[in-house]
Amino acid sequence: MRVAVVVFPGTNCEYDALHALSAVGAEAELAWHRETDLSGADGVVLPGGFAHGDYLRTGAIARFSPVMAEVERLADDGAPVLGICNGFQILCEAGLLPGVLLQNRGLRFICRPVDVRVESTGSILTRAATVGQTLRIPLNSYEGNYTAPAAEFSAIEAKHQVVLRYSDRAGVVDGSTNPNGSMGNAAGVANESGNVAGLMPHPERASERILGSRDGLVVFESFVASAIPAHV
Amino acid sequence: MRVRVTITRRDEIADPQGAAVERGLRDLGFGDVTGVRINRIIDLTVDDDDEAAVEAQVAEMCQKLLANPVMEDFAISVGTPA
Repeated sequence: MRVAVVVFPGTNCEYDALHALSAVGAEAELAWHRETDLSGADGVVLPGGFAHGDYLRTGAIARFSPVMAEVERLADDGAPVLGICNGFQILCEAGLLPGVLLQNRGLRFICRPVDVRVESTGSILTRAATVGQTLRIPLNSYEGNYTAPAAEFSAIEAKHQVVLRYSDRAGVVDGSTNPNGSMGNAAGVANESGNVAGLMPHPERASERILGSRDGLVVFESFVASAIPAHV
Repeated sequence: MRVRVTITRRDEIADPQGAAVERGLRDLGFGDVTGVRINRIIDLTVDDDDEAAVEAQVAEMCQKLLANPVMEDFAISVGTPA
């Protein structure tokens, strides 16, 4: 599987993403945000960072980078599109995912490992995981508070689009395991067809033993397993 | 023409900054204060004297970039020609 890892001015997790993707057998290459042709890619990853300085709103300016037309085309074609942290924020701003990421409840920048519970395997984030499995992955964000208008969030829940929730190690999901105020403890959200998804924690930072956890690898394995067969 | 855009977060969308400022005001002794919201003002100049055309253009800017339709509303106030 060939993967484009998009680099915006201010992106800072692209090499970590490349490293994790190569660990699961993908051929990953960086793509500058002014790129207008991703026809060589079977999937795309928007990694973390502070694209365009996060000015105005996180992801607001990045969504108009030239490469986003190609990201939308791949999403429409059913190819896997994964947004990590800032990439998740960009996908929400672009309307490829529902909702928005607000400032954390408590206004504190959170940088620590969190546990997330797999809610559904119907997305490119979770296809290779097991429902109920918990993953320990670092969270590193100020604007990670997933929010949507109440009616829209009900619809998102009804369609099982919340694919990862903040939990404890045993998989208990409640207010005490919600680090940032996200509705429904949502840590990872997919579109209706499951091929576009984003998560706030950084799975690439939990992709080998020396990093303290390999739990994030299953996210990349899921991504690679979601490549459209004709494209592989 | 000078234009002021006011972008407000919808009431149903949480405002963690507003909530923190509200707590601060209460700590300062302003116990009667409620409903603190932090909003955004963007001033800009459009090189056009047609008020209706400017307003329409700025509305499009708001819909596409300046505001996020998921969580924000906007109001446009077109001023005197620059």
